[in-house]
Amino acid sequence: MRVWLLLAVVVLGGTAGEIAVTRAMKQIGEVHHFHPRALLGVLGRAFRVKWMWLGLGLLAMGFFSLLTLLSWENVSFVVPLTALSYVVGALMAKLFLGEEVDQIRWMGVLLVVLGVVLVYVG
Amino acid sequence: MKLRGRFRLKTRVLIVLMVLFGALGDVLLGKGMRQTGGVALTSLRGIFDGLDLGFHNHLVWMGILSLIVFFVCYLLLLSWADYSFVTPTSAASYAVVTILGWMVLGETVPSGRWLGVLVICFGVFLVGRTPSRTDTETE
Repeated sequence: MRVWLLLAVVVLGGTAGEIAVTRAMKQIGEVHHFHPRALLGVLGRAFRVKWMWLGLGLLAMGFFSLLTLLSWENVSFVVPLTALSYVVGALMAKLFLGEEVDQIRWMGVLLVVLGVVLVYVG
Repeated sequence: MKLRGRFRLKTRVLIVLMVLFGALGDVLLGKGMRQTGGVALTSLRGIFDGLDLGFHNHLVWMGILSLIVFFVCYLLLLSWADYSFVTPTSAASYAVVTILGWMVLGETVPSGRWLGVLVICFGVFLVGRTPSRTDTETE
């Protein structure tokens, strides 16, 4: 039971963190200049957005939950299950970020999940 | 709703950099941590001792630097591209890690894993065929 609970924290918490980070980056807007000084400015602005801190907090929680999970179970069991994050991520992006996930993108996401499972089971 | 489907040069370049540095970071961290003898996850003391050994290994530091480059590329991409576009695309790093392991480290890769790599590549190809940004402009 505790394995499945922690897995839910890894998948849902980690993905929610990435969604929050995405929201922060969309808030600061598209980056056009890639000079190191301009990039530092972008990162500085990003870290002043509250969504970024919420996202990093959730990502840290997901990461440490993953480490704990890996100390209980084999990688070949944990990683294929955490690949569900791709599906959860597409759903959350549709719901919370207003992205359009069409059939082709869904097929791509499902194939990526299947591929990750094969890589670790194979 | 305004759709922006151009798969621009900067998107391609940053995806390639993100995938390469993500894979390189994983390989370097994995190799460096194995050189240190691994982390005992049985106690907090074991974890900190293992991480302390890792931080004295130059491969681990190169791995961390690679992962920082990966994360910056990921953040920059998310400033204009969809999350549901960028994240599945980053899975191509599984393929790069497998190919690097086979070519550089001389690892034996079972056929099931090669099949997985092919399926991931096809999935990434399909995601790459969709518009890189579909949400309403927020800028």
